Amino acid sequence: MFGEKRVSFSRFVSIVGFRPRRIAPPCQQVYNSKDCFQSHYLRQGCRSVTTSTINDSLQDIRQKVINGERLSFEDGVRLLQSNRLLEIGMMADMVRERINGNRVYFIVNTHLNYTNVCYLDCKLCAFGLKADDPRSYTLSLEQLEQKFIGMKDKGFTELHIVGGVNAKLPFSYYEDMIKLAKKHLPDIHVQAFTAVEVDYIARVSKLSVEETIERLRAAGLGSILGGGGEIFDPEIRAIISGHKTDSDRWFAIHRKTHSLGMKSNASILYGHIEQPEHVVDHLIRLRELQDETGGFQAFFGFAFHPTNTKLAEEFKLTGETTGYYDLKMLAVARLMLDNIPHIRAFWMAIGLKMAQVALGFGADDLDGTVMEEQIIHAAGNAATQMTPKATFIEMIREAGRIPTERDTLYHILKTY
Amino acid sequence: MSTVISNPDKRMSEIAEKVENGQRLTLEDGLFLYESDDLLTIGQLANQVNLRMNGKKVYFIENMSLYFTNVCEAHCAFCHYRRDEGEEGAYTLTPEQMIEYVGNHYQPGMREFHITGGHNPNMPFSYYVDCLKALKQHYPDVTIKAHTAAEIEFFSRISGLSYKDVLQTLVDAGLSTLTGGGAEILSERYRQKMGVGKATTEQWLEVQRVAHSIGLRTHATMLYGSIETLAERLQHMIYLRELQDETNGFMVFIPNSVQPANVNARLKRRVAAFDDLKTIAISRLMVDNVPHIKAYFINLGTQLTQIALTFGASDAHGTIVQERISHSAGALSPEGLTRDELIWLIKGAGRIPVERDTFYNEIQVYA
Repeated sequence: MFGEKRVSFSRFVSIVGFRPRRIAPPCQQVYNSKDCFQSHYLRQGCRSVTTSTINDSLQDIRQKVINGERLSFEDGVRLLQSNRLLEIGMMADMVRERINGNRVYFIVNTHLNYTNVCYLDCKLCAFGLKADDPRSYTLSLEQLEQKFIGMKDKGFTELHIVGGVNAKLPFSYYEDMIKLAKKHLPDIHVQAFTAVEVDYIARVSKLSVEETIERLRAAGLGSILGGGGEIFDPEIRAIISGHKTDSDRWFAIHRKTHSLGMKSNASILYGHIEQPEHVVDHLIRLRELQDETGGFQAFFGFAFHPTNTKLAEEFKLTGETTGYYDLKMLAVARLMLDNIPHIRAFWMAIGLKMAQVALGFGADDLDGTVMEEQIIHAAGNAATQMTPKATFIEMIREAGRIPTERDTLYHILKTY
Repeated sequence: MSTVISNPDKRMSEIAEKVENGQRLTLEDGLFLYESDDLLTIGQLANQVNLRMNGKKVYFIENMSLYFTNVCEAHCAFCHYRRDEGEEGAYTLTPEQMIEYVGNHYQPGMREFHITGGHNPNMPFSYYVDCLKALKQHYPDVTIKAHTAAEIEFFSRISGLSYKDVLQTLVDAGLSTLTGGGAEILSERYRQKMGVGKATTEQWLEVQRVAHSIGLRTHATMLYGSIETLAERLQHMIYLRELQDETNGFMVFIPNSVQPANVNARLKRRVAAFDDLKTIAISRLMVDNVPHIKAYFINLGTQLTQIALTFGASDAHGTIVQERISHSAGALSPEGLTRDELIWLIKGAGRIPVERDTFYNEIQVYA
């Protein structure tokens, strides 16, 4: 049903205005077929950022960071290619301290995955299922209401709602879901839906993005999520996430959200087939929109978990991301995204230990004490489902920082 | 490589200068580093020392962990592996059973058996000797790295033999080196409080001294992250450093974080990652005369192990096959890694994987 009504991507390009594609450096222009890409990829030997053998001192970049100058595309690529993890970490830490002092933020929140039915077929994903799959589910409004009632009086300040793209759900489902949440949890901030969900909700309901967001906001939506960013480079994006919302559309939705006075976040999915150039391109695109709107609050990375994904099968990706790459990603993001206030270490993706280490490499936010999250766990992450607040407080103290409980919009609720 | 110090602290600069000049750090220097939040400066200092000693090489070995028995007379509070005789899950393998187990898991290229076990008082010393003999007879080319210094002390007690005679008997049976365990924290206060019913600090060090004197080159560990003080950890490192000055018999120092499963140790959660990395780095800085610091992925997890390679570690242990002791205490890491995974781990940290034998002779460099 959804398939026939799908609107071509070129139409969206015409809506949001054509964005000239960045010319990829020569090493990226070879990916005209999977085999070619794969052979190029396999030459890299392992799923980490390739490290330069040149003895690049990074001294000029360090000077720019000290002076508070903006880093260029080339700077970003050099940082990602460099082996000098600790020096990169120090630069990122300098910027972190300049922007956020010694505070490290966390939030007491809970996640809700309302459906795992997804009409998209992203190779990167282990969560989405077709509607006829016996393991698939979509929570009814009654079930959702029961969940919301169960969330009462637990101290949650944020409800994080994300799901698959289930085209059978009418617009009223989303409106009613949020209304029910606000009915039972009037003080909670509902941060819901990635730009990808907003895109498909709008298309299925034949509403404009603006109208979609406005009506969801009227129902109680507080802000939208940063997911669905994956990799913005069109070639990589096409391989890893097929016909999912393209980059221009993703940006158009965030731009519109910001223009309506709402905040959002931004993310990257890394550790699969991307190269340093794609990562830096991704970060610069975000930096440009942020210059324009100032609406992004935080950036975070999702480390790719290969288990149960088609992408891993096709490109023979086996291991997880290296700890080296996890930290470098956050540090380089802190350095490149000089206008996004917060860098978040997403402990469910990289584990609690690495999340703590990330606080020394530019991160200032540990995300939430998440109660229920199925997407990452469908992809086989072994990290436990919930981290108590006390653990966050200890972790932050051990890192020599000030534990700060925040709400969704980064208002300080309590300093420990 | 010069160290960039982000914190213009005078004391940190003094320590950095000492490190650059190759001067020895004091216990107070170590305490200052432990108490500092400047993780990356500490890391850079340790990295500098490690690069000076080992370049970019990171070593690993194709080995296999074997456990003959989990029956143990000691009741160390942090241990979740031990059992009493007759208790559910208690086992003691005969040499034949062990040979069968090894036969099921052995792969060509395996060069070391890493053997530790409980102090089972129901078995005579000859049992332990026979186990090694059987292994050596079936696998003459595999190096036998067996028994902690605490086990040697235990064997001495049950056999009435001196440390030297125990060691010589085991060497004659096929032993090539001791494992580094049983040290826990070399502090009598700690050992009493944790109920470490085995070798004392002095005895542990004495067994190592004797082992070195008969030509064995051995290993040393530290089990950190419970009730010990930072000063006790540093004193532990200094004991090892002093013995090393005397004998030069240690090849590697292995700081292991305690795992949280045993409620008797009253551990609320896993050791902090900041503490893990600081401990690796400070070990490299304090124990300046032992060639290698090992990042044991079983206790650290693979990603943190990679980071540890930038904080002074030059050894990623080995393939193991099936680790039991830390996993019974709640470790979340894999029970073993393949050779390819270890190479991936080391390369992913920007280092050069070097497959080694037990004595750090290079077998193959994976450039």
